[in-house]
Amino acid sequence: MKTKNKHAGKKLYKYRFLYLLALPGFVYLIINNYMPMVGLVLAFKNYSFAKGMLHSPWCGIHNFTYLFNSKWAKIMFRNTIGYNLLFLVLGNIFAIFVAILLGEIRSERAKKTYQTLILIPHLVSTVLIGYLVFAFLSYKNGFINMSLLEPLGKEPVNWYTEPKYWPFILTLVQMWRSFGFQSIVYFATIIGFDKSYYEAAVVDGATTWQQISRITLPLLRPTVIILVIMALGRMFASDFGLFYQVPMNTGTLYSATTTIDTFVYRAMMQDHDVGRSLAAGFLQSILGFVVVTIANSVVRKIEPESALY
Amino acid sequence: MAGKGRGFQVFSNVILTILCFCTVMPFVLLVSSSLTSDATIAVYGYSFFPRQIDTTAYRYLFLSGSKILKAYGMTFLVTGIGTTLNICCTMAMGYLLSKKDLPGRAFLSFFIFFTMLFNGGMIPSYIVWSQLIKVSDTIAGLIFPNLMLSAFNVILMRTYFTTNIPNELCEAAEMDSDTQVGILFHISIPLSKPMLATLTLFSALAYWNDWINGLYYLVRKKDLYTIQNVLNSMQNNIQFLRDFSSASSLGGFAGSIPTLSVRMAIAVISIVPILAIYPFFQQYFVRGIVIGGVKG
Repeated sequence: MKTKNKHAGKKLYKYRFLYLLALPGFVYLIINNYMPMVGLVLAFKNYSFAKGMLHSPWCGIHNFTYLFNSKWAKIMFRNTIGYNLLFLVLGNIFAIFVAILLGEIRSERAKKTYQTLILIPHLVSTVLIGYLVFAFLSYKNGFINMSLLEPLGKEPVNWYTEPKYWPFILTLVQMWRSFGFQSIVYFATIIGFDKSYYEAAVVDGATTWQQISRITLPLLRPTVIILVIMALGRMFASDFGLFYQVPMNTGTLYSATTTIDTFVYRAMMQDHDVGRSLAAGFLQSILGFVVVTIANSVVRKIEPESALY
Repeated sequence: MAGKGRGFQVFSNVILTILCFCTVMPFVLLVSSSLTSDATIAVYGYSFFPRQIDTTAYRYLFLSGSKILKAYGMTFLVTGIGTTLNICCTMAMGYLLSKKDLPGRAFLSFFIFFTMLFNGGMIPSYIVWSQLIKVSDTIAGLIFPNLMLSAFNVILMRTYFTTNIPNELCEAAEMDSDTQVGILFHISIPLSKPMLATLTLFSALAYWNDWINGLYYLVRKKDLYTIQNVLNSMQNNIQFLRDFSSASSLGGFAGSIPTLSVRMAIAVISIVPILAIYPFFQQYFVRGIVIGGVKG
């Protein structure tokens, strides 16, 4: 035991400067990640900025009952889960389709050009995407109203006041910006497949469609399962930018665009309703942790190498 | 893959061309709108081809929009500092954990990893950074919260160091009485350039495109706005541009600020640097997406 301690002490000494170099990073994690975790208990307090974290009085589950007495609790959970499921199903189907097409392209130059272009939306901020959408949908100057509906003799649509259009618009925007990188992930898997399967299939006279349905899709199955389970693990998270920035935070659209993340932001920064904001955020963190843990243990059963831990 | 159908080749090419067209089209609309005068936009709306090229918006930005240029400078500054800090921390932590005989290795790894599973969410994080650390209305508010370190990147870095740096090389260096820190700089970093390039790229993109920190932490000091914060404010407040420019010298533009096209011009200049260097880092970008995609 004593020699082991001495040994560890020697190692500690040997790596002393490395610990020192890494120290700022660990301090950062404590501040940025661990302290907010502790801060979750504030959901059970009547938080006031004047009194601070320690001196604000406890209030039991009042914040939660208050949250669930408002209509927003139902709306934000419905929207967060609903959009996630929609994006998950459509996004994956479309990405696999595009990845297979990319795999079929023989010209290397064309392949690279397609890859380069479909990834561009992944480079820009959601604020910018909000601008792009605005150029299409603006009531007075938008491309759709001025250049499509007007020549057809139709009345312009006030897109930013009609919630009924937004599930489609948001889904379309999400598909537009994410299909590129999602299909690159699948494409990377496809190019890793053993070429000899395809060569054998060609010798046997298989058509392209047969190769796709009998070889590519079955081989992709494990990847699809992993990616879907991982996405299910993020079921309670939503992209704040997409739901806040793209609808331009418009009040009339809230019923279609409020997710947990936008609710948390608005309750806090616009309505100064800290209690409800903290309660919603608390539920998001805890539920998020539960689903990630479940998703990961499922992945570990099917394919241990793909599990997070 | 090895399909013989010529028909399928054509089909794939046609569909992908259409998709690429759809991807690029909105950007064309944006650029075209920024090159159109307000009067034309008011009559014909935003359209794909400028009826008459009008550079007023850009001249306005470069001559009178000093605050906007300052915001542009802030974006460069924040991206530069933030990315440097991010990479230094990621490298130091990844390297430390790559030492297999490190005392406390398992605990430290878990300490980092756990932050990927569980987080306190936006509001507790906001309270910590604004009330305890008091970063609000300083440049630190743009750099520190959330963006400076990602546990996932540390783990990628550690894995890269453990699998791609031959152990014998480090041992040989130890024999030559090189210090542990020396090995990091003489062997590990030079051998990890592709991974470092990928991580640098993603960190820089995250800083360049971030507007959320500004939204939360820049409450009063609007002069610290980055270009993304300017874009965000303009979107929320149509009056913003008039307020924003009334403080700066207006020169010959007083009263006739081309709001519609200037908004689009600011959006355009916010993406120009990214698109300009994109072709050069495309391979690292694809590689990063592939690494990140599988583990989310």
